[in-house]
Amino acid sequence: MEAIHLWWIGEKDPGPRTLEYVRLHLGRALGAPVRIWEDPARPTDAYDPRRKQWSTSRILAWMGTAGPPGMVLAVTDQDLFIPILTFVFGEAQLGGRVAVVSTARLGEPGLPDPRVALERLAKESVHELGHCFGLVHCDSPGCVMARSPSARDVDRKRGDFCSKCRDRVTRSGGGAT
Amino acid sequence: MTGENTRVLVVDDEEIVRESLGGWLQEDGFQVSSAPEGRTAVEMMKRDRWNVMLVDLKMPGMDGLQVLEEARKLQPEAAIIMMTAYATVDTAVTAMKLGAFDYLVKPFDPEELSLLMQKVVAQQSLVRENAVLRKALKKEHRFRDLVSKSAAMQRVFELAQVAARSNSTILVLGESGSGKEVLARTIHEESPRAGGPFVAMSCAALTETLLESELFGHEKGSFTGANARRKGKFEAAAGGTLFLDEIGDISPKLQLDLLRVLEERKFQRVGGNEPIDVDVRIIAATNKDLKKAVTDGSFREDLFYRLNVIPVTLPPLRDRKEDIPLLVEHFLDRLEAEMKKRVKVSPEAMGALLAHDWPGNVRELRNVLERGAVVAQGDVIKPSDLGLAPAPARAPGTNAPGEPVSLEEVEKRHISEVLGHTGGNVSQAARLLGIDRVTLYSKIRKFQLRRDGEESDPSGN
Repeated sequence: MEAIHLWWIGEKDPGPRTLEYVRLHLGRALGAPVRIWEDPARPTDAYDPRRKQWSTSRILAWMGTAGPPGMVLAVTDQDLFIPILTFVFGEAQLGGRVAVVSTARLGEPGLPDPRVALERLAKESVHELGHCFGLVHCDSPGCVMARSPSARDVDRKRGDFCSKCRDRVTRSGGGAT
Repeated sequence: MTGENTRVLVVDDEEIVRESLGGWLQEDGFQVSSAPEGRTAVEMMKRDRWNVMLVDLKMPGMDGLQVLEEARKLQPEAAIIMMTAYATVDTAVTAMKLGAFDYLVKPFDPEELSLLMQKVVAQQSLVRENAVLRKALKKEHRFRDLVSKSAAMQRVFELAQVAARSNSTILVLGESGSGKEVLARTIHEESPRAGGPFVAMSCAALTETLLESELFGHEKGSFTGANARRKGKFEAAAGGTLFLDEIGDISPKLQLDLLRVLEERKFQRVGGNEPIDVDVRIIAATNKDLKKAVTDGSFREDLFYRLNVIPVTLPPLRDRKEDIPLLVEHFLDRLEAEMKKRVKVSPEAMGALLAHDWPGNVRELRNVLERGAVVAQGDVIKPSDLGLAPAPARAPGTNAPGEPVSLEEVEKRHISEVLGHTGGNVSQAARLLGIDRVTLYSKIRKFQLRRDGEESDPSGN
């Protein structure tokens, strides 16, 4: 299967561990090669000064032209929104090739263990790429494709697919194990 | 939460809202469509069914509250969620009063939207489950137009279903208004003769000569006024079913004629010689105790046994009061179709209906509900709308002082009052008046009264 690219488009340096942890987790969950894409370009047009947040739809549109070919997951530390919601953890093109996820709301201040935020990021990354594989939200207990509107909901789910969702990813060209 | 079977309509004039909300809902598996304005949404409601509608409150042209009102009329079971960027208590209260499921302030908190959609999916699945159960319940408690869950009526349904398949004569017994003709019609519709005619005839309403002519027809010149040959009910019902109501009221001569027809399966028109083959299934009915009539000699024993092949007894409504709520719902459905108005019965009015003794049986209940639906202010029938409270005692024919009336007028008013009291039950009215039913029928015709005691329109409209 073609490699999935992982691309940091945030403001601050995420540190070497963050992207590597996500890369390994995605590789295990999707059964596909995942490579880090390094490019200093940033979606500056996606910033909404009124909301002081970044528009996911504008980021996804920008990624389509500015990013590498194939499936791409962008990771940022900026707060994301879609017009109808106060914020989102991430967004993906359903059945498309681009997705974005943010760390901004995954690690609330005073979180005792920074690994919790990292774990959340890994889960949301798999979740958004699951949408690129055409998956919708899933009701199976613990499945990574469960809707998670709060960080607590992210903590409740596992980092991988239920058997039904895994089958669908495999059928859609993924190599989920 | 997944909404695979849930159809959602997003109504908002802002494209960006339609797209982002639609996309978010699609990720949950909802089947999402959108409308950019109120009128388009109304058109879409006329074409398709929607389980959930997310409607923006402030839109140019038709606003969200107008869309909500239309939705309540067109798709009352859909859950409507109002969306607003300008939350005020007033608009929220108005929306909820108009029947909105809930309302959300833009932009939504993801958790709030997620919880609300979970709630709406659960509510819609209850709506669906409720509809399925109600349908199943109605089916279980129905035998075509007959509605009942009482054990006695269930036995009647079972017997009638079996009897319908045969060609045997059926004798339906039951008080006036208990649904004898409805049962007869149902048996006909369930029988192999369903493709043929169903002809109903009340034997009590006519004199002997007229009844004979009505049943068997007559040849031209067979009696004064017989200007042309005329087919009778036996011929009219050929290939179908002939329902003879009030069979206990026919004269000894007609009893003999009927017995011959049943034995020989042939008859002759009045004044004719040519035997005509009978191809009808007879369903007879009476509210009289025919066995007693046989004992006292007023009804032929041989005819009784010919008719009493499959006896079916309909219990009076007062013995199956558990059916009243079911019947009320059934008649309100009917009235809704006729009057284009959906009315409900208040709990107090239902209490009054359950407490009433129903001398006029199901027919009386239907009349009372019809009256209630007409009289009710708004869409709820209250106890006072039913007219069930006993009228204050008053001497028959009492008039305003200084207005003397004729004896005939007194008689007419008294009959009308007694018929009103019995809810159109002619037998009971005849008993109360101390006259026989034939006499009462002739007086009803003479005074142009309806069975419920009201004066009928002489023009026949």
